[in-house]
Amino acid sequence: MTTNFAKSSRSGHGKWLGGIERLSWLLGILAILGFLYLPIAVLVAYSFNDSRSLTWPMSGLTLDWYQKLSQNDQLIQAFYNSVYVAVSATSLTLIIGIPAAIALDRFDFPGKGLFRKLILLPIALPGIITGISMLILFRSLGFNLSLQAVIVGHATALLSVVVTLVYARLQRLPASLAEASADLGASGLQTFFLVTLPNIRTAVIGAGMLAFTLSFDEIPVTFFLTGRDNTLPMYIWSTLRRGLTPEINAIGTLIVAMSIVLIFASVLLLRDKTKSKNV
Amino acid sequence: MSAPSSGRLWRVAVLSPPLIWTFVFMFIPYSILFVYSFWEQVYPTFQPAFQFGNYLQIITDPQYFNVLSRTLKIALFVSLGAMLVAFPYAYFLVFKVKSAALRQVLYMAVVAPLWVSYLLRAYTWKTILGTTGILNSFLMSIGVLSEPSSVFLYNQTAMIVTLIYVFIPFMVMPIYAVLEKIPKSLTEASNDLGVGRLRTFFLVTLPLSIPGIVAGFTMTFCLTFGDFIAPFLVGGPDGLMVANVIASQFGAALNWPLGAALALVMMLIVLTIVTISDRFEQLGKGKFA
Repeated sequence: MTTNFAKSSRSGHGKWLGGIERLSWLLGILAILGFLYLPIAVLVAYSFNDSRSLTWPMSGLTLDWYQKLSQNDQLIQAFYNSVYVAVSATSLTLIIGIPAAIALDRFDFPGKGLFRKLILLPIALPGIITGISMLILFRSLGFNLSLQAVIVGHATALLSVVVTLVYARLQRLPASLAEASADLGASGLQTFFLVTLPNIRTAVIGAGMLAFTLSFDEIPVTFFLTGRDNTLPMYIWSTLRRGLTPEINAIGTLIVAMSIVLIFASVLLLRDKTKSKNV
Repeated sequence: MSAPSSGRLWRVAVLSPPLIWTFVFMFIPYSILFVYSFWEQVYPTFQPAFQFGNYLQIITDPQYFNVLSRTLKIALFVSLGAMLVAFPYAYFLVFKVKSAALRQVLYMAVVAPLWVSYLLRAYTWKTILGTTGILNSFLMSIGVLSEPSSVFLYNQTAMIVTLIYVFIPFMVMPIYAVLEKIPKSLTEASNDLGVGRLRTFFLVTLPLSIPGIVAGFTMTFCLTFGDFIAPFLVGGPDGLMVANVIASQFGAALNWPLGAALALVMMLIVLTIVTISDRFEQLGKGKFA
């Protein structure tokens, strides 16, 4: 496994040292993987635990918590709210973010530096700052806090993610493509839909999937902008205030399952990209 | 450009949505936040003013100063801890794993948890570390403890462990990216010239990986610095961080001006760190390009 292993294995002493080295690497990496996955395993395992308390050892297996979930109207409503928010915010952030990335890549205009800084700011800035500054804006304008306010907040915070990913792809796309299209008489709109968009397709899909996941999971912005309606993370958050129940583990397990599907989808997309590159 | 007028129209159509959006939903809100930080609280509400009282209070009132320094300390520990775990892992992947497929799987193994809800990943630590939690009952069942101990949860250590766990992918990704770019011929050449492996590591590999370490450190630091979920879930009475204090000013305490001032201080600290790290990366680029 190690490159240096072959070199040092000439003497018996070296072989022994190499073995020790390999073993300690292996144990270290296993420890890190354990650190990463034991908590997730605990989350999943205890969703099937036959007892209210989360203690070792598990008392027995049950599907009761999942049954409870399916009857929890508040939770199901929160889930639908989250889907509504994430789909809307993702669409909005793509509609604003793709032109923004094109503008940053292709155009020169006064204030471009400030525009770039502003639009990328939320990447480094804690979400709470986007949350409170938009709370103040909506309050000063007299708007009510609502899921729509949350959508605007998410779209703004996620703009930086979309712009970064799409801009990176545009940079690798030769400008001559769009120029040739324009020279041949295509309008800006035609060039965008027939030349630019097909070439940045995977970056757009990737950015959209990431934006959806981040929005679905978002708390800091939602916390300040939501009215009476809860998103799923906010619902879980308010349940946690009341105490721990295996019901939360059951929600968690479903989310883990959903994440695994998304991960596989994104890996497949990535594979598609490398294939098309070779052609 | 056959039709300059339609070209201009296209430019306007592309530019205006993002320009208007960033102006209305970013520039104006940040500006209002800035203005609010000079207002004053007149209980039970607040009124326009221009005074530096909020900033003065943050500097002079030990309550706020302590929270700021505690947040800085925790962010520092989390970043350091994440680096100590992430660097060997990334190093192992790049230099010790020969199979590309295995490398891909082990890389995904670290990045994948990012797709799993942040809140749930923090929550599961609460169920593990609590007094009636899994760690306590496990230690009791194997006879290490005779009664449940409360030392695991609701303290700064629990917060640091949870935050390292949550943010570790942000440390692995940039470090892996720089290690992967180091040409294998460099370390081989160093070895061939008779330089020991330890010295090769410190003279070749480590210096070349600094931009990745800085990028990961910055990301982890900023994410921790603005976090208010881990303190709520696993932090104790001495575990409040700046974001919690800001949130309470905008909630129960209803002192928006002070909250705004705290948010601007937080913004200043984060932006300073990002700027320093940018400079550092530029420096690194100039050296090795």
